[in-house]
Amino acid sequence: MLYYIIRRIFMMVPTLLVISFLTFFIIELPAGDYISNQIAALKSTGEQSSVAKLEFLRKEFSLDRPFFERYLIWIGLWQGPHGFDGLIQGNWGWSFEFDKPVDQVVGPTLPLTIVLNFATILFVYVVSFPIGIYSATRQYSWGDYGFTFIGYIGLATPNFLLALILLYLFNQWFGLSVGGLMAPEYIDQPWSFDKAMSVLAHLIVPTIVIGTSGTAAMIRRLRANLLDELHKQYVTTGRAKGLKENQLLIKYPLRMAINPFIADIGNLIPSMVSGSVIVSVVMSLPTVGPILLSALQSQDQFLSGFILLFVAVLTLIGMLISDLLLAVLDPRIRLGGRASS
Amino acid sequence: MSMDTRDGGPAREVEHYVDPTPFNPAVTEEMTEEQEQFYQASQWQIMWWKFKRHKIAVWSGVVLILFYLCVPFAEVIAPYGPNTRDSLHLFAPPQSVHLFNEGEFVGPFVYGMTSQIDMETLQWVFTEDTENVQPIRFFCRGASYEFWGLFDADFHLFCPAEGGTLFLIGTDRLGRDQFSGLVYGARLSLTVGLVGVTISIVLGLFFGGIAGYFGGFLDSIIQRMIEIIRSMPELPLWMALSAALPVTWSPVWIYFGLTIILGLLDWPGLARAVRSKLLSLREEEYAKAAVLMGAKPKRVITRHLLPGFTSHIIASATLSIPAMILGETALSFLNLGLRRPAISWGVLLNEAQNISVVTVYPWLMAPVAPIIIVVLAFNFLGDGLRDAADPYK
Repeated sequence: MLYYIIRRIFMMVPTLLVISFLTFFIIELPAGDYISNQIAALKSTGEQSSVAKLEFLRKEFSLDRPFFERYLIWIGLWQGPHGFDGLIQGNWGWSFEFDKPVDQVVGPTLPLTIVLNFATILFVYVVSFPIGIYSATRQYSWGDYGFTFIGYIGLATPNFLLALILLYLFNQWFGLSVGGLMAPEYIDQPWSFDKAMSVLAHLIVPTIVIGTSGTAAMIRRLRANLLDELHKQYVTTGRAKGLKENQLLIKYPLRMAINPFIADIGNLIPSMVSGSVIVSVVMSLPTVGPILLSALQSQDQFLSGFILLFVAVLTLIGMLISDLLLAVLDPRIRLGGRASS
Repeated sequence: MSMDTRDGGPAREVEHYVDPTPFNPAVTEEMTEEQEQFYQASQWQIMWWKFKRHKIAVWSGVVLILFYLCVPFAEVIAPYGPNTRDSLHLFAPPQSVHLFNEGEFVGPFVYGMTSQIDMETLQWVFTEDTENVQPIRFFCRGASYEFWGLFDADFHLFCPAEGGTLFLIGTDRLGRDQFSGLVYGARLSLTVGLVGVTISIVLGLFFGGIAGYFGGFLDSIIQRMIEIIRSMPELPLWMALSAALPVTWSPVWIYFGLTIILGLLDWPGLARAVRSKLLSLREEEYAKAAVLMGAKPKRVITRHLLPGFTSHIIASATLSIPAMILGETALSFLNLGLRRPAISWGVLLNEAQNISVVTVYPWLMAPVAPIIIVVLAFNFLGDGLRDAADPYK
């Protein structure tokens, strides 16, 4: 098991490298950079005094170097103006827009981003598991049809629209502001029990909104898998030998069906992280989402680059966890190396 | 078989009997007409029969065709131009269509609106004027437009009464008719998925084909690539890529840029499907026979293997169209995709970004409805196609 974990973690290193390179490539795609754009703007207004300072800044952030050198400096594998000082050394870069180091800009939002995504995954598991089993064991019942229908709607409604609709309805029915992280009266207040409850209450709606489509997909998945298993002969054998229905279900077909269910969470995580970004923008939650949007719009490259990398790492870690869970559950993977399904 | 007796004698003989109908030795293998039809039908015919049995999928197809009619005929269907401003009706609420006025049948009509400004909230307040009956005209001449940018015309399916207004789902902050906006927006919103999917199919076929047919080193490289792309959250990447589109580009270029971005991140799913199908199909005997007869890889793939899973590709492509439509909507909603004067459902939704505006003018959320309907319909259609894709099952 330990061997598997170590191997799995080592496999992440090349992936991370490729992802960091892609990220850097993408954020460098727009013509120019933040500072040279400012220089151009200043030059057009005829102001010369600040240009020298900006030129100095360009050197300082090694924006005048060639592309590959800049990339290596960014991740900390090449000597920049201050020696090896990149992501690996813990320097996340400088945000031009906020005029602060990136870690100070995104720092406060990172815990909430992680909590929100974790809560969503938990929500998806907790909700889809019983419903999936119910739908499979009572196929073609009214409950099954009902859940299938709701699931389809959930799949079809984009989460940011759902957020918009829910915001509107809550506002209309309860006069409640569900946007933001807490009720307005708690902002700038010291932490208290009431404030924590307010934060929790505000987390519920985004969690549901982000998790809905994932839940719908997982229910369909589990239902289909379980139905396949339930029609197999060993189930009939078990029944013929007098096993109780519940015991039979939990002991055999469920254990088979749960495997892809967990493997699939790896596929779902990227879409949930995506969802959390846009839902945060709509509901003005202080996660990395809104910061990413503004950073992209103002071409604040180190900030947007770091956030892109951060969400990618978040999904990688989520996939790692799902793989490890799978290995715990399935000895074939732990020992053999690859899942058969 | 009847047995006749010649006389009442005790020693009766059984008469030699021959059945005159011709004997068909293959009688046990003979098929009913239905079966015969089934076995003689082409693959596509059987798929169609199977698809037809999936009622929801068929109806979804019909709904989609109706929606797609807006693409070529937007100008005719919309009563107003997409960017026509009516400065007298800013944020006008939807006018509901009535049939009876004071118990008298007049046909479909709307009541005119009188507007007043509320000096306290500084908002326009519209009230229905039940005296002012404005019958809707059908097949009429209304606002002029340039049809497909080719020639001037002014024919509409329906228009407001002379001097009246017809805002079926209200107007936005500049007094632009929302319904017309939706009809014109369908043009970009609905085609973005088709173009994007085409790009994704081409890429998916190319990479999946190489990986599946040649296997080995190329396969593992492409597999790795697919894994990495799939492990990245789509939306932040879309956002970053579309933020990289130059602001100076014209809407048409932005539109194509967007479709390429959407297609670029979507192909891994298709490539995977193509690869696994190819891997199993190339072991089939007919594929081996083709190779032995000296066919080149290109010919084997395109002539012998591709037809075997075209239906699967179509089905899975259908299922990835809604994701692209939603992607475009999300990007335009966030101001990173299309912008006015280009109109898509996402651009229209942009007006609804501010929740305090939406609570006062809820009809700004109208584009949500067609988006959900279209996405649902594509999902059902895709499900039906997928079930029909393997007709011999």
